[in-house]
Amino acid sequence: MADPATFADQAMPYMGSLYSAALRLTRNSADAEDLVQETYLRAFRGFGSFEQGTNLKAWLYRILTNTFINSYRSKKRRPDEAELDEGEDLYLFRRLGGIEAVRAGRSAEDELMDFFTDAEVKEAVESLPEQFRLAVLLADVEGFSYKEIAEILDIPIGTVMSRLHRGRKALQKRLFEFARQRNLLPEERTGESEPSDGADRADRTSDVGTEPVEASVLANEG
Amino acid sequence: MAQDDQHRHDKCSEALAELYTFLDGELTEARRLAIRSHLDGCAPCFEAFDFEAELRLVISHRCRDEVPEPLRDRIAALLRQAVAEQTDATGGSDGVPVE
Repeated sequence: MADPATFADQAMPYMGSLYSAALRLTRNSADAEDLVQETYLRAFRGFGSFEQGTNLKAWLYRILTNTFINSYRSKKRRPDEAELDEGEDLYLFRRLGGIEAVRAGRSAEDELMDFFTDAEVKEAVESLPEQFRLAVLLADVEGFSYKEIAEILDIPIGTVMSRLHRGRKALQKRLFEFARQRNLLPEERTGESEPSDGADRADRTSDVGTEPVEASVLANEG
Repeated sequence: MAQDDQHRHDKCSEALAELYTFLDGELTEARRLAIRSHLDGCAPCFEAFDFEAELRLVISHRCRDEVPEPLRDRIAALLRQAVAEQTDATGGSDGVPVE
């Protein structure tokens, strides 16, 4: 059984990520603070049932999300699915991947990092309907596995994957709207219509292979 | 030639269908290697995968917030108090207050 005296030492280091998640969920700092505090107190009271050696961070997130769902989310029941505004696959890549301003000179990562502000990324995540927002937060921000997310949210792994897939597409569409609002895009890319150049980037089978691919995330991976 | 193109196109569609599972590190080792080898030979797919991987880093980095000091202090104090109360209730029955 977990020793309550060690709870603070073990659990306090996760406060930063729990607080960030709480902010995305409640969308205001007063509620986020309450939610985090409530999560820690509940976790302390339940710590006896926590199995040492298992994933404490996932266990804390389960308490956070349950507390949020039961106490903090808006009373109106979720019209979620209907509200999800999804783009197609590779929505953002097909619109931004080829823009010189994004890619020229520096790595795409640096450019993308500068392209969207903190506020825009946060707002885009917060605009997602709850169930999709939770999946995206847990996977993309916190790096939990499908299995961990399934346990945290108490849903099947297939549901995790589908919420992630749809949530990410909706997130990309929202991010693109910010770029458009700020007039960051060349004129021909700002219309509703499919961009002419780059629309088929992922399907191109010729005319490539000579482009240097600079500093990339994937290049450093296995 | 046309057949080659078709084959390549199929491979691209296959890879893209598993893009998120790949980036999430949730593929079997065999599938991961198959995708990896496709990406090594297909620049358009590599670019798309790379963009998605980088976008994910951006999202993760941009969604970090500092915990307000007063909140951290308050929770630390509440937990100390809760531990003290527990110790008090179980062992400290001689009435000595626990700091």
